[in-house]
Amino acid sequence: MSTAESPTTAAPAAAATRGHVEITNVRKSFGGTEVLKGVSLTVPPGGVAVIVGPSGSGKSTLLRTINHLEKVDGGYITIDGQLVGYQLRGNKLHELREKDILEQRTDIGMVFQNFNLFPHLTALENVTEAPVVALHRNKAGARKRALELLDRVGLKDRADAYPRQLSGGQQQRVAIARALALDPKILLFDEPTSALDPELVNEVLDVIRELATSGTTLIIVTHEMGFARDVADTVVFMDEGQIVEQGSPREIFANPREPRTRSFFSKVIEPAFNI
Amino acid sequence: MSSAATTVAQSAQQSAPEPAPASAFLEHSAVEESPTAAAAQGAAAQGAVARPAAGYSGYKLVPARHPWRWVGTAVVALGVVAVAWSLATNPRWEWGVVAQWFTAQSVVNGLVETLKLTAISGALGFVLGFILALMRLSASPLLLSVSWTFSWIFRSTPLLVQMLLWYNLGYLYEKISLGIPFTDIRFFEVQTTTLISQFAAAVLGLTLNQAAYSAEIIRGGILSVDPGQLEAAAALGIPAWRRSTRIVLPQAMRAILPTAFNEIIGLVKGTSIVYVLAYSELFYTVQVIYNRTQQVLPLLLVATLWYVAITSVLSIFQYYIERHYSKGAVRNLPLTPLQKARKFFSTHPAVNFDRAKDAR
Repeated sequence: MSTAESPTTAAPAAAATRGHVEITNVRKSFGGTEVLKGVSLTVPPGGVAVIVGPSGSGKSTLLRTINHLEKVDGGYITIDGQLVGYQLRGNKLHELREKDILEQRTDIGMVFQNFNLFPHLTALENVTEAPVVALHRNKAGARKRALELLDRVGLKDRADAYPRQLSGGQQQRVAIARALALDPKILLFDEPTSALDPELVNEVLDVIRELATSGTTLIIVTHEMGFARDVADTVVFMDEGQIVEQGSPREIFANPREPRTRSFFSKVIEPAFNI
Repeated sequence: MSSAATTVAQSAQQSAPEPAPASAFLEHSAVEESPTAAAAQGAAAQGAVARPAAGYSGYKLVPARHPWRWVGTAVVALGVVAVAWSLATNPRWEWGVVAQWFTAQSVVNGLVETLKLTAISGALGFVLGFILALMRLSASPLLLSVSWTFSWIFRSTPLLVQMLLWYNLGYLYEKISLGIPFTDIRFFEVQTTTLISQFAAAVLGLTLNQAAYSAEIIRGGILSVDPGQLEAAAALGIPAWRRSTRIVLPQAMRAILPTAFNEIIGLVKGTSIVYVLAYSELFYTVQVIYNRTQQVLPLLLVATLWYVAITSVLSIFQYYIERHYSKGAVRNLPLTPLQKARKFFSTHPAVNFDRAKDAR
């Protein structure tokens, strides 16, 4: 947990070459309220971006636009130069057919706050479902890979358990294995520890920490500031649908430039928090 | 954390022998642990006046008695015996006649027709109902309103009227043909009366009516599944049809099954309505017989006993199907009655065998 070990520069390990995310001027409204007011963000291949900010600031919505679970009203997102959810024809961006959107999503893993494991399938079946159905891998191969992944998140011996027989932390680790089973370029984490008991938070964060050095691009929405400081290359502070400030954890946590950032951190980080 | 716990334990050990414990229970355990607290025992015993010196551990526990429960049980048992007695001894039930007709060829033929109608219209009704439910939940306003209108019409008209309407379709439309509308091109043309037999009218009426109701049951089941499930499946790139059948439907089944079995059991008896088409299913058959023999009640009893038999078999199916779909919804599945029985006989016979050996 020492500060010296935490990566503070955007220098991803393993020389990643895929998973470059470019969000450009994205807008999104629900009913009359604009929840994203022109957001732009770049995450380099293998980078780890952690998005923090108050509730209702648009963090989760931004995350969900990256795999087109939420359609943008304006702006665009590219992954390795390829538009997400749209294609250019003439001088218009046409929304892709469902089939193509689903194919794009296999490059983008997502982990949800409430896990959203399929409760009627075992841990192993949860992990093998998408590779077999969406990537048309053979069952035996998918099973072997799934067992490897469950082993990686420390749950090889619980492969045949149903989600309800697992603790919250274990369920979330299965959900991470499920997302990894598609060998995604990018992993999106939507408040992965918010539904967990405090004592179970670390077992999930440890898994994500390990992924941060694997070369997969990670975009994480979280309220765990200590974790954000440890794991992030870039910390992004959002408020009221806009990115207020972004930079290395050291810059953002120790010397926030914007008054809004400063006031937020003064509320969420206890005074003894040591940078 | 572990070091903190150790400290607490140590301090507890140190403080235990010192003061006289306030509560008798604390005192009791202290006695067992440390003989040094023996002096304190006397002091505490003075406080507890009516309590025997050795505590309550030597006494037998007696559960509370419920005399009124026994009275209630006796009254109900008496009622059951009275009903059974009257069923057995009142000659007007004519059990002999019931037995005579119960397995008669014509009755069995009628039973087969009833089962056929139930199976075909039940299966087609639920398949159509599933499609209607998906239409109702789709984003297309056209599909949605077609599905809504279907349910509206078929739930608003009496089944009897629907039956007669289908059977008399030939009066409304003499011929049924397949072709291109508003042109003279016909691929296929047939007399309505040859197409709509009694059986076809019965299946058509029951199926469409059943579809309207099962659509709502299935829709209710689908709505009961957490939307996060669909979202997670979509995020994993799982195609829409697979999302419905593999992810949502198995979870929806838990909510669908109890009501669906209500419907199917209702349908078994509901098929009796096709007597208006003079279709010889179970109920129509016994009607024909009792109109000839005038043994009305015994023959109605024959039909009733068969309906009870079918319903009982369906209820057993329901139990096991519901159990199948509760996988993952409960942490541990309870034992089935069969498993319980097996467990009982695998643990108890040991006694019997021993007794048998002793006897030898």
